[in-house]
Amino acid sequence: MGPTIVTDFTPWVSLAGGMLIGLSAVIVMALFGKIAGISGITKSIIGAMAPTGNAPQERDWRLAFVLGLIAAPVIYRLVGGAIEQTVSSNLLAMAVAGLLVGFGTGLGSGCTSGHGVCGLARLSRRSFVAVVTFMAAGFATVFVLRHVLGGA
Amino acid sequence: MRHLLGFASGLLFGLGLVLSGMANPAKVLNFLDLAGSWDPSLGFVMGGALLVTFLGYRMVWRKSTPVFSDRFDLPSSTQIDRPLVLGAALFGIGWGIGGFCPGPAWVALPLLAPGAIVFLPMMLIGLWLGEKGRNLSTLSPKGTR
Repeated sequence: MGPTIVTDFTPWVSLAGGMLIGLSAVIVMALFGKIAGISGITKSIIGAMAPTGNAPQERDWRLAFVLGLIAAPVIYRLVGGAIEQTVSSNLLAMAVAGLLVGFGTGLGSGCTSGHGVCGLARLSRRSFVAVVTFMAAGFATVFVLRHVLGGA
Repeated sequence: MRHLLGFASGLLFGLGLVLSGMANPAKVLNFLDLAGSWDPSLGFVMGGALLVTFLGYRMVWRKSTPVFSDRFDLPSSTQIDRPLVLGAALFGIGWGIGGFCPGPAWVALPLLAPGAIVFLPMMLIGLWLGEKGRNLSTLSPKGTR
């Protein structure tokens, strides 16, 4: 999906960023008693626009949470932070990717945050299986796209 | 107050994603590229997040209830079923193509990369369909969810 861009190994800022993510997950549990899974939070917001068959629950703080996510890069830049970002310009591939990520996390009841952070922290067996599965699928997909199909 | 604290939690989560590099698909794809330009940074994101969440959850659960609710609402299902595994596999494939998972997809939105602007609405449609799929009896032969 586009040329491979070499990125720097950033262990300390990545560790620090990860700890902020963890802190947020702990705060959500302490305040609302819920898992901070972004796919689940997003799903409850979609429920406001299209019926999902599930009872609408606590949509208020979840909508505010997503607004906080969107505000994050804006505020980060306002205080002088630089954000490196390279997104594939293959829009068809990005559309397919978005559909798969949405469908997969909807069907599998969670994503990197819900299963990967919150679920593993709870020592959930389902989350462990989900994480191993999506990591393996991610590794395999990148291997095929970059090294079998020639990496475009 | 709930709204304000919900917003602050999301902001903290988003800043973590930005700072850690998770909001950059190139970094995510390099993490997934073991055979090529491997960047192990994301392992540190997961490690830091897991450490804090593992310890923090246990401190929080010592309280009898959350601040704004009367109980901790934790997933109770322990069954490894088809929707879980199939869903995780499809998610992993999409993650490997685009380099975005749901959190970074939101965070990337105001940065206005065309790929990110296409990704998010497709993800919302996918989530809606996935939720429908989860409720189909063909995927849950024992009638469980």
